[in-house]
Amino acid sequence: MIAAADLASSYELVIIGGGPAGLAAAALAARAGVSTVLFDENPGVGGQIYRAITSTPVADRAVLGQDYWDGAALADEAKASGALIVNGATVWSLDRQRLVGVSVGGKARMIEADRVIIATGSQERPFPIPGWTLPGVMTAGAAQTALKAQGLVVDGRTVMAGSGPLLWLLAAQTLRAGGTIDAILDTTPRRNWLQAMFHLPDFALSPYFAKGLALLREVRAKVPVHRVDTMEAVGNDRVREVVFSGAGGTRRLPVDLLLLHQGVVPNVNLANAAGVAHVWNDRQLCFVPVLDADFGSSVPGIAVAGDGAGIAGGTAAAERGRIAAIAAVRALKPDAVVPDTQAIRQRLQREEMGRAFLDWLNRPADSFRMPEGDTIACRCEEVTAKQVRDTAKMGCEGPNQMKAFLRCGMGPCQGRLCGLTVTELIAAERKTSPDEVGYYRLRPPVKPITLAELASLPISEAERKAVER
Amino acid sequence: MFKRLAEKGPAIAITVDGRKVTARVGDTVAAALLAAGIDHCRTTPVTGAPRAPYCLMGVCFDCLVTVDGVGSRQGCLIPVREGMKVETQLGRREAGR
Ligand SMILES: Cc1cc2nc3c(=O)[nH]c(=O)nc-3n(C[C@H](O)[C@@H](O)[C@H](O)COP(=O)(O)OP(=O)(O)OC[C@H]3O[C@@H](n4cnc5c(N)ncnc54)[C@H](O)[C@@H]3O)c2cc1C
Ligand code: FES
Repeated sequence: MIAAADLASSYELVIIGGGPAGLAAAALAARAGVSTVLFDENPGVGGQIYRAITSTPVADRAVLGQDYWDGAALADEAKASGALIVNGATVWSLDRQRLVGVSVGGKARMIEADRVIIATGSQERPFPIPGWTLPGVMTAGAAQTALKAQGLVVDGRTVMAGSGPLLWLLAAQTLRAGGTIDAILDTTPRRNWLQAMFHLPDFALSPYFAKGLALLREVRAKVPVHRVDTMEAVGNDRVREVVFSGAGGTRRLPVDLLLLHQGVVPNVNLANAAGVAHVWNDRQLCFVPVLDADFGSSVPGIAVAGDGAGIAGGTAAAERGRIAAIAAVRALKPDAVVPDTQAIRQRLQREEMGRAFLDWLNRPADSFRMPEGDTIACRCEEVTAKQVRDTAKMGCEGPNQMKAFLRCGMGPCQGRLCGLTVTELIAAERKTSPDEVGYYRLRPPVKPITLAELASLPISEAERKAVER
Repeated sequence: MFKRLAEKGPAIAITVDGRKVTARVGDTVAAALLAAGIDHCRTTPVTGAPRAPYCLMGVCFDCLVTVDGVGSRQGCLIPVREGMKVETQLGRREAGR
């Protein structure tokens, strides 16, 4: 394990996030001779898609599938490249001068970077239904993480609910691992096909087409699937039942575990706090950073690669990481030899081809993004949808003002689980666009840092200045 | 809620609220709790409602627990260590204190 004390005070390139984007970027830059450090807060590299790729206890390779195991080559390549890869390293601040605040093993350091690549990936979209805070309700991604990293498979009465490719992937992986799923509740609105249809030809040419169909077949052969329009987790101390309604009326199923998923959205916190400009993407229903062709952001020297730049999937994330790394190498070492960007851009384009179809088809219904009544919007401060709606009606124009009224977004998750919901609720009530309403303005630290960690910062004169500026 | 595919890898003994729990190498605190059938790890500061790990990837902060005396640590990001003392926590608001 690399400790805080082993870190230099500056690197040419700092990469934040060790998923496919970060790993591919680190490998390319380090091989080109750039002094590169990669920080990732997980115990091992791989990010979400290749979670625990170097340590997973799931020995049967068929369970997680070839797409998972493809990540091993990427991890090896990064390790062999000479980049310094630091796991258990949480980046809690980044500013416009590219000063990176990181915590490793309970010790904090401030590190200067000539270039920064933010590769912090995506998170699952908030899924605010009644009862989503009850113990026993988790995200599908959480169950997948437990399977990949700890070899834990669902046990007891399990229902998976939502939409999007990852839900079906998790279902297939769970079945292959010997888990049982009582039902899948499909929340995809049928009318999504109207828009998606136009993009079917492109999707049919993309690598995701055949894979997607095979997954659906594999899961549908074993699990009953119900199409639902409303859904509620019910229970007192924990979830006991899921109540749902669709064309066949209202039904209830007893559950021990309810796994929710309605797609993934960029993890914007670090980029936002660094001052990177974001815009609303209406197809993906989320904020994405404003980026140039090399994934450079509005802040000089800071790029955003991978799914953090807008959702495109793991293979695309690696290609984006490479493009961002090439730009960094060219700026830092103009004479270094780098791969041909044209070939990479072509591969990236092929990967991105099917995305429009997937986005339109899996667009979550308004009612699953913009809840009503007592449904909790902000999990940390337990603020309800009604409170947010009422406050917007009273004249509150944006999420930052909303914080002052209701404390939403001020809890430990810093808006990660309510930001999009609050923006969209305000936009709906005020009959304007989410872009107009905007997102929470975030300030460092973007991850909690203890007083002991802060106190552990070295206090050389230079570093004191760095912290104080 | 979860079972292990295989009881493999060295066992690691931790305590949760003083109770002995056997974890495995590679477990995070949150995973060890879930594998042991412990389905809530804290209560909320506002209404005292029980919460359990939700995302297991560091974004929701519902997995906050006290680890070796330090409160509000993200259980899903911390690997277990032999002898680790984990305590479920009541209603604290600040993370990492
Ligand atoms: C829970 C989940 C599971 C997924 N599973 C799959 C899958 O099985 N198959 C698939 O095709 N796609 C999956 N995806 C989609 C995912 O977005 C992939 O496309 C891919 O992992 C994106 O790669 P990336 O490099 O952009 O980021 P990621 O792989 O998300 O990697 C980002 C890394 O950055 C780290 N990080 C974030 N913030 C900080 C910080 N402040 N300090 C330090 N480190 C930080 C994270 O811990 C993470 O390891 C999943 C997404 C999620 C949210
Ligand atoms: S379970 Fe969500 S942050 Fe740990």
